Amino acid sequence: MPEFVLTVARFGFLILLWIFVFTVVGVIRRDLFAGVRSKSIVASPRGVGGAMPAGRPAKVKRGKAARQLVVTAGNLAGTRITLGEIPITIGRAEDSTLVITDDFASARHARLVPREGQWFVEDLGSTNGTYLDRGKVSGPTPVPLGVPIRIGRTSLELRP
Amino acid sequence: MKTQRNAELGLLAFAMILVAAYGATVEANRIGEITPTFWVPAALLSVLFLGLHLVVRFTAPYADPVLIPAVALINGLGVGFLRRLDIGDALSEKLPVPGIFAGIGGRQLAWTLGSLVLAAVLLLVVRDHKIVSRYAYTLGLVGIVLVMIPAVLPSSLSEVNGAKLWIKLGGFSIQPGEFAKLALVSFFAYYLVRKREVLSLASKRFAGIDFPRGRDLGPVVTVWLLSLLVLVFEKDLGTALLYFGLFVVTLYVATERASWLIIGLLLFFGGVYLAYLLGASVGGPFANFYDRAQVWLDPFALSNYERNGGSYQLVQSLLSLGTGGMFGSGPGAGSPRFVPEVQTDFIFAGMGEEIGLFGLSALLVVYLLIVERGLRAALNVRDSFGKLVAGGLAFTLGLQLFVILGGITGLIPLTGQTTPFLSAGGSSLMANWLLIAMLLRISNAARGPAAGGSGADRPGGPGPKKAPTQLHGAMTEVIQP
Repeated sequence: MPEFVLTVARFGFLILLWIFVFTVVGVIRRDLFAGVRSKSIVASPRGVGGAMPAGRPAKVKRGKAARQLVVTAGNLAGTRITLGEIPITIGRAEDSTLVITDDFASARHARLVPREGQWFVEDLGSTNGTYLDRGKVSGPTPVPLGVPIRIGRTSLELRP
Repeated sequence: MKTQRNAELGLLAFAMILVAAYGATVEANRIGEITPTFWVPAALLSVLFLGLHLVVRFTAPYADPVLIPAVALINGLGVGFLRRLDIGDALSEKLPVPGIFAGIGGRQLAWTLGSLVLAAVLLLVVRDHKIVSRYAYTLGLVGIVLVMIPAVLPSSLSEVNGAKLWIKLGGFSIQPGEFAKLALVSFFAYYLVRKREVLSLASKRFAGIDFPRGRDLGPVVTVWLLSLLVLVFEKDLGTALLYFGLFVVTLYVATERASWLIIGLLLFFGGVYLAYLLGASVGGPFANFYDRAQVWLDPFALSNYERNGGSYQLVQSLLSLGTGGMFGSGPGAGSPRFVPEVQTDFIFAGMGEEIGLFGLSALLVVYLLIVERGLRAALNVRDSFGKLVAGGLAFTLGLQLFVILGGITGLIPLTGQTTPFLSAGGSSLMANWLLIAMLLRISNAARGPAAGGSGADRPGGPGPKKAPTQLHGAMTEVIQP
């Protein structure tokens, strides 16, 4: 083997090794920012300027599927749950999908159920009630994207 | 969240190309030509890893995409390096180039097959990591028994190079401690999930840090005593540090109290210093540790270097790393056989001579990324048991790496730990692949859609029909950003 080939092989291997490392980091990066992109689309601050509230309903389309449940206020703010086909239960009970430690929440407070691509919120007989935006939830109510569900001091939103 | 399985497949292919390139470079340097079969080990490994990839695709579709390729790269380079040792040995005795399945390289290839089968079985059997918590006490007992077996056995059956960590049966030896790690992590996690309220709430404030009450120190003191017994009877500081560090870190993760780390470090260093003093004055069971500490303090002293069981290994290791320098001599162009035990404990020194600091740091970053992915799974998974298991497993991997690399570079006293996935040896490879399988399972739960709700809401979908045992205060945990 000529010396030149050996040198190329020697450094080529090291360079390839580092390219592998950076490729791995690239995959991790993509994974990290997969959730953030959806945040930047929907989580525009509420009520900034007069145009915002008018523009909002157009963005919140009923047909678009919700992929995440995000806690926007309360002591769990920032938590995300990726939605699947399975109902989400919310309350202080430890077997709930989302356990909220909120003095105004009941043990089994509310649940979110998917029906044909649309999520419905349902109050499970809580003491202080569940609110969708301003209205109190009495029966299963469809939840549009980006509209806050309020339970005690906690606010939740569906996001694509 | 995307499953990222195709990214995993791509990275896996990349890793295997690297392993093939390594094999080719070794042959070019050592034999002087690239044989037509240079690609066979890499191809065999590719088939094995592809098998595991398919199992993951069907049983844990949301699992972390980086774990398998990163570990596959290290495992593959390990096989490649061991084969390089075989080729070197054969050529120096004027023998023909050994076959693919001959020697330690071939044996490592077989062990890889065994380990991957075990990992696949674990993924197939354990469909939900919370099931493991049902067997926590059994696992705890199994773990302690596995740790204790070598200490109880006579030295002829358990001692290698002064450390009693093995069970030797004929030509076959296993290191039960490697498997004990996994069992103990599960047990610690379960125990701490149940006790964390007590351990984290009741406290005294001192110097700005919350310290636990005296009576709550029981468990940590018990594990400390056990690990000191390991130090004395198995004569191995690294193993003792591994178990104790594992417990303290799990405790810290469970309670979010930095004071546990302080208490743990003080206890450990106090204990080790005491063992050192006792070794200097009394000798007996502490003598081995005292010798190792002397070697560590001054490896180049002639009295240490010439003594039997002295610093010869460490000095050769340091010289080997130094010879490698920045870019190394090139794969296959070094002389790793000057370093004793280069196929097991000192494999990083042997590789360091050939790929240099530049290559070694790439390998270290790959290890770092593996540990990081484990911790990420721990952060994202929604139940505390999963959090503690994933955090504990990832930390064990990192700590073991620290103990052995610190040892061969002279940072801490040398102890005979294996380098995970790289060293020759079946027990280590199997145990660490099981660890990765468990991390894959937990990361699947962490990245997948919420499979939650109370048992009644579950529409009989995939997964276990019965909800796993409820852990007290533990089902849903959320991380604050």
